[in-house]
Amino acid sequence: MRLEQEEVSSMATTVPEPPKIEPLRSPSLSSGKGGWRNLTPADGNLQLVKDHSPAPASTGIWVVLAAISMSFAAYTSALIVRQGSALDWRHFSLPPVLYLNTLVIFASSITLEISRRRIRSFMGGVRDQTARPARWLYITLFLGLLFVAGQTFAWLQLRRQGFGLATNVSYSFFYVLTVAHALHVLGGLAGLARVMVKLQHFTLRRSTLDATSRYWHFIGVLWLYLLFLLWMKM
Amino acid sequence: MHDMSAHVAPHGAPTSFIRKHVFSLDHKVIGKQYYGLALVAVFAGMVLSWLMRIHLGWTNFAIPGLHFLSANGAPGNVMTPEYYLQLMTMHGTIMVFFVLTTAPFAAFGNFFLPIQVGAEDMPFPHFNMMSFWVTFVAFLVLVSSFFVSDGPTLGGWTQYAPLSAIGAIAGPGQGLGVVLWATSIALFCVGQLLGALNFITTTLDMRTKGMSLMRLPLSAWAWFITSVMGLTAFSVLMPACILLILDHMAGTSFFVSSNLVINDQLQSAHSGGSTLLWQHLFWFFGHPEVYIAIVPGLGIVSHVLITNMRRPMLSHRVLIYSFGALAVLSYMVYGHHMFVSGMNPYSSLAFSFPTLIITIPSTVIVLIWLGSLYGSKLRINTASLFALGFISMFISGGISGFFLAQPSIDIMLHATYFVVGHFHLVMAVAAIFGIFAGTYFWFPKMTGRMMHEGMGKLHFWLTFVGAYCIFMPFHYLGIAGNVRRYQAFVDDYLQPLIPVHRFITVAALLTGLAQFIFLYNLIHSRFKGAPAPDNPWEATSLEWTTATPPPHDNFAGKLPVVYHDPYQYGIESSSGDYVMQNSPERIKTAYDEK
Repeated sequence: MRLEQEEVSSMATTVPEPPKIEPLRSPSLSSGKGGWRNLTPADGNLQLVKDHSPAPASTGIWVVLAAISMSFAAYTSALIVRQGSALDWRHFSLPPVLYLNTLVIFASSITLEISRRRIRSFMGGVRDQTARPARWLYITLFLGLLFVAGQTFAWLQLRRQGFGLATNVSYSFFYVLTVAHALHVLGGLAGLARVMVKLQHFTLRRSTLDATSRYWHFIGVLWLYLLFLLWMKM
Repeated sequence: MHDMSAHVAPHGAPTSFIRKHVFSLDHKVIGKQYYGLALVAVFAGMVLSWLMRIHLGWTNFAIPGLHFLSANGAPGNVMTPEYYLQLMTMHGTIMVFFVLTTAPFAAFGNFFLPIQVGAEDMPFPHFNMMSFWVTFVAFLVLVSSFFVSDGPTLGGWTQYAPLSAIGAIAGPGQGLGVVLWATSIALFCVGQLLGALNFITTTLDMRTKGMSLMRLPLSAWAWFITSVMGLTAFSVLMPACILLILDHMAGTSFFVSSNLVINDQLQSAHSGGSTLLWQHLFWFFGHPEVYIAIVPGLGIVSHVLITNMRRPMLSHRVLIYSFGALAVLSYMVYGHHMFVSGMNPYSSLAFSFPTLIITIPSTVIVLIWLGSLYGSKLRINTASLFALGFISMFISGGISGFFLAQPSIDIMLHATYFVVGHFHLVMAVAAIFGIFAGTYFWFPKMTGRMMHEGMGKLHFWLTFVGAYCIFMPFHYLGIAGNVRRYQAFVDDYLQPLIPVHRFITVAALLTGLAQFIFLYNLIHSRFKGAPAPDNPWEATSLEWTTATPPPHDNFAGKLPVVYHDPYQYGIESSSGDYVMQNSPERIKTAYDEK
């Protein structure tokens, strides 16, 4: 009889069984489950957590790269659809300076990587004064500017030949894609300049350095992709 | 050595007025700024809908003072057909972008996401500040088109090409109006992308100790999923807007095809463009956008309901997975907006199938809500009433989605009032109810004062009944063949429908007036409301563990440590029938006593 009552009462309620919590569970046991901040045994102390947890820049940069990838995917699909929608697509040969620019941006990735490794070992305590990490950053910055100058030369060259933005839709896409990419390069240059300033003021964080260089390598790869796309379609 | 890797100090509490209230880096102030922007926008959009409804009910009625808004658009205070379409476009654009995206996602998300995950702020406060101010400028650019010579664009919030891309020849506002529209939307995209960056990194990196992903409240999950959707959707809309602007300003031919004759003139400046290309790009953004508007509402309503039911949902995980399924599927269904656009019929089939599939996670969400509500002793207050209203609207509007998902039926119902009724109920009114539920629920935490419950309940019942009176008859009209975007009903078959339109107009005016009760309640309670305790609803999540209103760094210098799942209700503890997330107390359950 009693058993029946218990059964009835447990059926009448639809409250699901609450999860069982271990008695006196130490919060440090849950490390790794709840974000990187949990890895630090800081007991919630704001300053200690801040000092020890990796900066969100390392995640944030992937978010930024995802957004940029999506927008260039949109341009690409627009190009493919537009090319197939009419017979007016005009093929042309790309300005040769673009291939030179490709070498320049490729070289800038290498110099940035050299610089990044030197700064990291500098941060890690290896104080080799002859390494001069900033010098390679200057070279990277110069190569980046050279790339933008080279792209500008290509636009001017096409313009001199009488091919403007509205001459044909293939030129429209050429200008839109290369200008959009060049703007992202300029953004990367601003990031590099910021890294340099922080390096000089000794306020540079590794995550900032890594995020900036990841961005720079990404726009290099993005340029290779764009060059391939343009070479195929133009 | 150490100073080399020393990080930048977090921004301290601001002292100047500008830093505190205008260019603030504090996510809470930015959230309130977004809320204020949405409030201005929603009343502007509502007045526009009033003007349209009056014109639809009584076409030749002179609306006093309308010619001040536009001398050309409303000569003698009677709006021209073109001006009707211009107001319609602005109503749609303002509501979708500056209300349904900003209020439930950017406003509440900014204020509560960092607190719910246990962080002192978003990781990139400067980007966060830019996010709001860029959005604000976007709003100004959009509204400024009211005051240029031939007024705002008349192309609808979807801005279909080629009429949107051809220039002033296509009608009033199709020149500068479209350029301003596209500039505004491109800026809006930038603002929301910056916001999404902060939301995603906050959720992934800023969670406090013990806050595992599954311990996040459902509202936090909804904002996170929405921000991922926003990241991929707005980064596609921005290129589309740039191409549209180029078609206008630079004479390119992305969207304008050859041999177009518009207003008896052959358009020779453009050639070969693809009109469908705009629709593809737009709807690839546009369909996820309606989920960006509704998913935060799903999260807010779940959060509010659980607190007032005093029990967790039947399944926390299944709800989260369903939110995620909505997000993924929302990218695969956009073609259902283009069933009659001349797309390949096989494509229609391919888009129809996922559209029907997407009803599954939606139904699962609703069934979990109803199943959890069944038998619960729901605390009736304004917030929980609006949450119930949300469910009602979501079901009513969702059911018509089954019909529209099938090309065979959609071909008949497309571009009729049936569609208007469908999306207003399921997306607009439901999302607005979510915003109201969130407002009545979180207002005490945001301002430190309680809202007036009596006025709130009156506001709920008037809005609930009013919304059904407005939008249910739309379905009738649609089935009767009433095409949308007509400014007057002169055809024989439409004449008998005019009384229905007049009924809707009266209902819209009254329901709109009822919103001033809300506005009065909001402003009055902000200054004169009863002081709010720290945890007025006896809730468990982290925003209720801190002071009301929260201090500048949210938790007064010490981040909380999380010990529990977010919704520990219906148990015995020292504080009553709930245990807060940061309480180290061991949960004593009925099972322990056996």
